[in-house]
Amino acid sequence: MLKVILRSFLLLMTFWVGNAQAALTIEITQGVKGAMPIAIVPFTWEGPAPQAPLDVGAIVTTDLYRSGRFSPLPERDMLARPSDPSKVNFQNWRVLGVENLVVGKIRAAANGQFVVQFVLFDVFRSSQITGQTFKVGKVSDLRKTAHQVSDIIYEALLDERGAFDTKVAYVTQSPDAAGKPRYSLQVADADGYGPQAVLNSNEPLMSPSWSPDGRKLAYVTFEGGRSSIYTQDIYLGKREKISGFRGINGAPAWSPDGTRMALVLSKDGSPDIYIMNLLTKKLTRLTKSYGIDTEPVWTRAGDAIVFTSDRGGKPQLYQITLSNRQVKRLTFEGDYNARATLSPDGRMVAMVHGNGNRYRIAVMDLENGAMQVLTDTRLDESPSFAPNGSMIIYATESQNKGVLSAVSVDGRVRQRLVLQEGDAREPVWAPYGK
Amino acid sequence: MNILKKALVLVVPVMFLAGCATAPTDTMDDGLGTDGGVESSAGAGSSTGTGFGSGGSSAQTMGLSDGSDISSSALSLNDSSPANLLNTRVIYFDFDRSKVRAEFNDVIAAHAEYLANNPGAEMKLEGHADERGSREYNIGLGERRGNSVARHLGLQGAARGQLDVVSYGEERPASMGHDETSWELNRRVEIIYTKEQ
Repeated sequence: MLKVILRSFLLLMTFWVGNAQAALTIEITQGVKGAMPIAIVPFTWEGPAPQAPLDVGAIVTTDLYRSGRFSPLPERDMLARPSDPSKVNFQNWRVLGVENLVVGKIRAAANGQFVVQFVLFDVFRSSQITGQTFKVGKVSDLRKTAHQVSDIIYEALLDERGAFDTKVAYVTQSPDAAGKPRYSLQVADADGYGPQAVLNSNEPLMSPSWSPDGRKLAYVTFEGGRSSIYTQDIYLGKREKISGFRGINGAPAWSPDGTRMALVLSKDGSPDIYIMNLLTKKLTRLTKSYGIDTEPVWTRAGDAIVFTSDRGGKPQLYQITLSNRQVKRLTFEGDYNARATLSPDGRMVAMVHGNGNRYRIAVMDLENGAMQVLTDTRLDESPSFAPNGSMIIYATESQNKGVLSAVSVDGRVRQRLVLQEGDAREPVWAPYGK
Repeated sequence: MNILKKALVLVVPVMFLAGCATAPTDTMDDGLGTDGGVESSAGAGSSTGTGFGSGGSSAQTMGLSDGSDISSSALSLNDSSPANLLNTRVIYFDFDRSKVRAEFNDVIAAHAEYLANNPGAEMKLEGHADERGSREYNIGLGERRGNSVARHLGLQGAARGQLDVVSYGEERPASMGHDETSWELNRRVEIIYTKEQ
């Protein structure tokens, strides 16, 4: 009973991510029954300043909460706030129904460095599950450390790699001082914190795609009044134009080994899919249909490409094998299936599934063709899997704004990331990187 | 049957003949707005659902008098009177379609005539889509609409080199709403003269 009340309360709360700098807020729009009760005791601070430069425990709490898999105990309900593992009285937590407990501390070290320590306990067995000590070089790295703590806890308890210490790229549109649209390619932490513009333009920006090492983005710009494709190192800012043919230059997608780019060109007629060798820039035409062939994505093995085509009348997903150019249709359910994205394990394809008035995110099991609609809004687009396959981030419309949302692959947990100003769209979750 | 109706729509007989002469389907898609055409052999044009059929199927809404008006005077881009068809610079489309609606035939004919009379004039055709569905597919749809208008202009006397098709898909909506009222304004091709003569 107590747990039910606590959970209802939690679902009503909106977590502000980070401080005033954060541009996104997260609200869980639909929770999950059976989320794991956990308590994260506020990390104690040992240092000259009155308080820690960053509330690491609060970030961990927010991370675990927004995954939908955990139900963190509100701080005010805690009967004790130990930070030393030897001081933990497990009975204090058992009575609250807490199954797992996290305690930790942040200590100021020499030269502006920090030491962050935490321990994760199994409350009912009164035993330590895991724990770690991090040396952190500077204040601005503490947030990353907090996400790493969340990843360790998530993996220890769910036996699945966490995706908190990852990044998301997306496109924003907001009016400039003169009221004209300003487009921006942003990269933020997966919780929406710390967005940084890697490109600004007065012309539309589209279709960001991560390199497999997570260092580069490919994207489409309309600089100069026509489309072209660039790749850009997001850390160095260096960019290179790889395609600027007459007509469409669109939908870039890196091969899993990073050596090739699938892209869409209409220079030879209708939009078709080409493969570019990124070293030699040599192009190979992959599809030749009279319809629109677009939105290529590579299979995990890099031996086939899934794409959207209206060769059969309406847009549907197809797969072409690179070696023999054999094409098979993948989707048969519904009028409109487009913008495929493959799960990291290659077993599922997520897509935009529409019927003329409602466009929602669906996943299909590639083994048996079973389709499941995950969202219930009406203008959903651009699905992208978290690198651990647990969630799909996508764009939708809410109260006349373009917003980013995420849904668990089983459709049970949904969260919305709300940008404070302007519209956000085309989110792409970065790979783990190398 | 369709050709007969078309004859009524395409007022200028010379244009009509030219249209017939270039009728084979694979000139339709590769002709305008692209520079290749090498690969377009696989029945390229007939697939788009535009071209001759569009004019024909909707010809009943047209009157002969519309046509004779167009051919009777030299049109100017600088004449801002509402009667000047050249002042109509946006062509609207049905959902998920790239077929030019009959109501725009005389507008397109007027622009085609202007381009034919002013060989130095050049035009950018910006294709757009409403926001529904995926963005890159909508880029394809916007280009298909631009090509559809370009093809009609070409059949009526505009030269290929005068026409440049660019698709913005759903990226540049004319109306920012999220309902049919906005969507129908966003499914469009904008005619932009980059050189007036």
